[in-house]
Amino acid sequence: MSPTTSQTRKRVTIITEAVIENVLLEDVEKLGAHGYTVSEARGKGSRGVRSGSWGASANIRVEVICDDATAERIMSHMWEHYYNDYAMILFAHDVEVLRPEKF
Amino acid sequence: MFDPVILFFILGVAAGLMRAELRLPAPVYEFLSFLLLLAIGLKGGVELARQSPLELLPQIVVIALMGTLMPFVAYPVLRLVGRLKRADAASIAAHYGSVSVGTFAVAVAYLTFRGITYEEYMPLFVVVLEVPAIIIGIFLARGVSRDTAWRRMAHEVFLGKSIVLLVGGLLIGWALGAEGVEPIRPLFFDLFKGILALFLLEMGLIAAGQIQVLRRHGLFLVGFGIGMPLVGAVIGTGVALMLGLSLGGTVVVATLAASASYIAVPAAFRLIVPEANPTLSLTASLGVTFPFNIVAGIPLYHAMAAAVHGS
Repeated sequence: MSPTTSQTRKRVTIITEAVIENVLLEDVEKLGAHGYTVSEARGKGSRGVRSGSWGASANIRVEVICDDATAERIMSHMWEHYYNDYAMILFAHDVEVLRPEKF
Repeated sequence: MFDPVILFFILGVAAGLMRAELRLPAPVYEFLSFLLLLAIGLKGGVELARQSPLELLPQIVVIALMGTLMPFVAYPVLRLVGRLKRADAASIAAHYGSVSVGTFAVAVAYLTFRGITYEEYMPLFVVVLEVPAIIIGIFLARGVSRDTAWRRMAHEVFLGKSIVLLVGGLLIGWALGAEGVEPIRPLFFDLFKGILALFLLEMGLIAAGQIQVLRRHGLFLVGFGIGMPLVGAVIGTGVALMLGLSLGGTVVVATLAASASYIAVPAAFRLIVPEANPTLSLTASLGVTFPFNIVAGIPLYHAMAAAVHGS
């Protein structure tokens, strides 16, 4: 297989409160993600400013590369269990990846 | 005469309110709270090495009882007078039944600054008071329902940053004793005041952020944020008297009863009772109660304790 025969997967990005990092990542893995990337974030939304300077106001950005089915599961799970109570945004788009079997 | 650490807090609040270009990096905040928690634990532990903890058991039980009952004082007021939703009332009640380690540190600094002695094993009380109110609060919010993630709660509560570092510091201080702790004395003991000053500068900035949110939530939170600590301080003074503590000890216990958590309880509630509005509780405990206690409360509780001790 050469680097030019890549394939398409979904990249799901979740930006949410840092306090729920552990539960969120547990859920994401249970839903079929093979891995994830977490980074710190800060910003502002309908629930106010998340300045990121200390625990309660810190955000994280979780990125998952997965197939369409897993992306669907993640999105509906977030919708059902997190969207009502937590500051969270989620968006997904198609990406081209190398070694698609890893996702 | 102002304790220097208070001035740093005021600087932080002023800078925050004026939107100064002062950003505190999260790792710095984390580092300072690490140091603070460990230092407080260490000091308490060293004292425990001197004195048998078994003797303290009755005191610990009474203090734990106080922590368990405080949320029941706050909850009705929040529900009936504040007309808050059940989850919000339970959350705020839990915040006020628990303690603020930062406020404790300032109380200790206040007493040291004035050369007033106090029972050095008080960090043990801080540990004991952190937890019961959270459990009561969750019970008030949810009842004893199977829905509640009790295991997750236990993990968050007993393995949260505050408890781990406080208890860890206590155990290490206890194991090392006064002599064993000498090599690390320069960082954790000698520099404590300076670290606390920086920590309060950061807390001032954070509190300023919460103060700006206050406008939206009306007078009740402000009133509760000042009234509940006062009630708590009276209860704490009574308990301290009952336990026969010194003047300094009375001030500390009153301050503990008057303080409201803003680290351990918010984190626990965010996970277990997510329907509770985090802004309400943080605004009250960080925007009103913490500044009030730091600037006016502690001197007030000192006067109350002095009056009661007849000095």
